[in-house]
Amino acid sequence: MKKTSLAQKLINAPYMVWSVLFILAPMAMVVYYALTDRDGNFTVSNLASLSSYSETFVRSVWYAFLATVICLLLSYPFAYIMARSKASRQRMLMMLIMLPMWMNFLIRTYSWITILNNTGILNSLFEAIGIGRVQMINTPGAVILGMVYNFLPYMVLPIYSVMVKLDQSLVEAAQDLGCNSRAVLSKVIFPQSVPGVVSGITMVFVPCVSTFYISQKLGGGKFMLVGDAIEMQFQSAYNYNLGAALSLVLMLMIVVCMLVMNRFTDDNGEGAMLF
Amino acid sequence: MKKWLSAVLVLALLAGIFAMSGCGAESVTLDTSKLVGNYDVPELRGTEINVYNWGEYVSDGAEGTLDVITAFEEVTGITVNYTMYDSNEDMYAKLKSGGASYDVVIPSDYMIARMIAEDMLQPLDFANIPNYSYIADDFKDLYFDPENAYSVPYTGGMVGLIYNTTMVEGTPDSWSVMWDEAYAGNILMFNNPRDAFGIAQFLLGQSVNTTDASEWGAAADKLIEQKPVVQSYVMDEVFDKMESGEAAIAAYYGGDYLTMADVNPDLAFVYPKEGTNIFVDSMCVPSNAGNKAAAELFINFMCEPEIALANAEYLCYLCPHTAVLEDERYTLRGNEVLYPKEEVKTEYFHNLDRDTQDLLSRLWEQVKLA
Repeated sequence: MKKTSLAQKLINAPYMVWSVLFILAPMAMVVYYALTDRDGNFTVSNLASLSSYSETFVRSVWYAFLATVICLLLSYPFAYIMARSKASRQRMLMMLIMLPMWMNFLIRTYSWITILNNTGILNSLFEAIGIGRVQMINTPGAVILGMVYNFLPYMVLPIYSVMVKLDQSLVEAAQDLGCNSRAVLSKVIFPQSVPGVVSGITMVFVPCVSTFYISQKLGGGKFMLVGDAIEMQFQSAYNYNLGAALSLVLMLMIVVCMLVMNRFTDDNGEGAMLF
Repeated sequence: MKKWLSAVLVLALLAGIFAMSGCGAESVTLDTSKLVGNYDVPELRGTEINVYNWGEYVSDGAEGTLDVITAFEEVTGITVNYTMYDSNEDMYAKLKSGGASYDVVIPSDYMIARMIAEDMLQPLDFANIPNYSYIADDFKDLYFDPENAYSVPYTGGMVGLIYNTTMVEGTPDSWSVMWDEAYAGNILMFNNPRDAFGIAQFLLGQSVNTTDASEWGAAADKLIEQKPVVQSYVMDEVFDKMESGEAAIAAYYGGDYLTMADVNPDLAFVYPKEGTNIFVDSMCVPSNAGNKAAAELFINFMCEPEIALANAEYLCYLCPHTAVLEDERYTLRGNEVLYPKEEVKTEYFHNLDRDTQDLLSRLWEQVKLA
């Protein structure tokens, strides 16, 4: 192993300082708050009381799972087609994906209220063409739609970045050797795209499982996701300890999910980029 | 194709920018001869103050209004670092953490009580705030500052029932209409525990500051009973939903109703007979303020009749300033929503003790999980 030079250490220093200040220190604070009561004494009662949140956790994970699957199903063919098209078209498609992200996430989510409302844009259209009103806002479907809409680019981009690097001659070789298109996909293309898929799944699942704004605005605030429960503890209930305990369990769940996911990819793959 | 698309996007962006900035209305300038107090204090010239206020909570020069902060800077030569928060709890957390020093903050009643109890505010020197004499007697001797030592009232307001006259029959006068199955799916409820429980508590005839756990439990049951008829739990989305006729009934602040009624004239407003929540937001100086004299000058400036009028017009909330209330130019003078002729039964929120606060958040979760 090469010795790190002073120059390298200096280059690394800002990153190290940043990591300690803004990643490790907050994590330590979460752990500290989760394991203490309001007077700073050690306790596990915060964690013990989380059993009443089991339904909330299950719901959050389920919605995030559905949103991730939908994102994957939409993104995979899209990323493939995008990677195979002309350079100029690729740039345009890329811009179309990035375009909504120029706008603030909160505003984009809020706009969906106007679209999905019972008196909203879609329902006005449905009534005009005689379908009649469809209840869309304040349903779990609306929440999942909001998640898919907001986090889709995070699935498309990593898969696309793997797809462009995919060696086309391997596909041709497989075809020459008698693979049908299904076998080409499952034996050649998909295995090579796994790092991008894993990375995309992580980047969509993690924000979905911890979101709170989307569920409040599109779900009508009638049910809670873990993110809502955490937000409430910090914002209105002022119980940092319980909020931290919820966060800690959520983080552990995410870490476990990511460890499982990373088993599907090699250590150098982009799937490990979040670690 | 791509160039064409880019060109369209750039044009759309530019059009958007011009639409926003090009309203044409110039903000009015302050006629300094109308100022009552003396703002030429040489030793404060060139100093700075940090003002921490609610968002959208001062007349800011938009659409032909007076830019109050700039006017203060011009008159006094004091630089104002103006920042905003969106809940009392945010403001409290920031002050409590000690990371920031502010000279003026504008918390609500229960938060003022809490901050006084925790020595986070300092008594004001009213010799520097002669305009305090304009504050109406109704806004003095309030429970959170019984000696009138720490706070100068800025605005107030009451929660009421907003309903769409084309969707609701008759004229409701009780919170019970929010439980009426005839309006199932058309009712909007507060999405924060204190306000939501407050409505159930008024309906049940409880105090909103009760420490009796069984009363809180009964209120939670009432909210669970209501849940099937509620369309959604909202905060500021209420504007869109009531303005567009998406919902028929909502509970919200009187001042905000005036804003909604401007857009949708079918909306009506009533203070329910069971009583309702009243709040007062007051200007205070934190104990660690770095420039108290300038902070008091700022508070005095905010109580100038001309300035208070500009703010009252801009904010549409209850105004505690006697000169504004008597001013012919005040367009909301005698407004039935802000200044009801018949007395409204009201109760302030007090700061809840920790146990009650914990109970409330647990019960609120039960309501949400039900």
